[in-house]
Amino acid sequence: MEVLDNLIVKNGFVIAFLFVGLAMYVAHWLSKTFTNKKIPGVALAILAALIFAYFGGEKGIADYPLFGGMALLGGSMMRDFSIVATAMGASFEELRKTGLAGIVSLLTGVIVTFFVGCSIGYAMGYTDPVSFTTIGAGACTYIVGPITGSAIGASSDLIAISIAAGVMKTIFVTIITPIVAKRIGLDNPVTAMVFGGLIGTTSGVAAGLAATDPKLVPYGALTATFYTGLGVLLCPSILYMIVMYSLGG
Amino acid sequence: MKIYGVAILAGCYLAGQIIGSYLGVWLGINGNVGGVGFGMLFLILMNSKMKGSGESVNQTKGGILFWSSMYIPIIIAMSATQNVKAALSGGWVAVLAGILATIVCLLLVPVISKLSTSNSN
Repeated sequence: MEVLDNLIVKNGFVIAFLFVGLAMYVAHWLSKTFTNKKIPGVALAILAALIFAYFGGEKGIADYPLFGGMALLGGSMMRDFSIVATAMGASFEELRKTGLAGIVSLLTGVIVTFFVGCSIGYAMGYTDPVSFTTIGAGACTYIVGPITGSAIGASSDLIAISIAAGVMKTIFVTIITPIVAKRIGLDNPVTAMVFGGLIGTTSGVAAGLAATDPKLVPYGALTATFYTGLGVLLCPSILYMIVMYSLGG
Repeated sequence: MKIYGVAILAGCYLAGQIIGSYLGVWLGINGNVGGVGFGMLFLILMNSKMKGSGESVNQTKGGILFWSSMYIPIIIAMSATQNVKAALSGGWVAVLAGILATIVCLLLVPVISKLSTSNSN
């Protein structure tokens, strides 16, 4: 067994290629055979991946040595590298046409998400400005939450809630996007950029669009990549001040 | 050669990361602001410079397109390595905050899209 264990540890990255390839093959087959391609294979594969991740730990399935390489293949370096590569399919003209809508959607996205998240925290008993702001920031993305929380001195369990809210959002976006895509008109570059700006979680946007129509990925990803930065900028400063002022803190 | 394409992609990615990181420092944020977005813009510019359809240009593009097509498998690996347990263990506040905020934003997608199309027409 030791020989095999060593082999697994040394070749994690390559093993990940094999597993993801197999998973996609099975998902496409299921999609074709049972749903007549109505549910895209990619969406099935992502959903299955999330369910598997539940049985793992902090790093999802990668907590098992056999799947350790998944953390590298699905890590931020590979993710961002391949997202940049998708820009080959994007046209400069489309981007210019949507520039303003992109900025509007980014601002609206962060502010609306923050206050919806805050209000839910408030309704559920988190009424002091720090808790309120940390939960609202967590609703933006799981990076904005902890950065904002530590900036304004939130406790670690609050930060954990904010991370959970952000991860929940990512997962929900991944699952819901292909389902609602038609209803919200998500079938062209303009809408994809607006979608990316409003939703903001790069992982969720990218995965959701991949399951909807891979051609839209670069447009959504392009705006989404500015969202976390904007959230980190606004939440602990202006938005926190507005919260303090309106709660009389 | 395909490695030229991969190298161009790597250059664009790294240039974007550098700009994003410095932008983060400059804004006083401990993070990367739009690094991927800048990288994408650089690659779009490089792509527009790669004219013609000769064998060497196609090979170079092939090196980039390979990574572009690896995107979905990478997303699947990423999904499999999310902390799903933590997301569900944050309690109802986390679940509701994450989901309701997303629903509101999804409803705004057609509204803002309409605004932008009516503006450009």
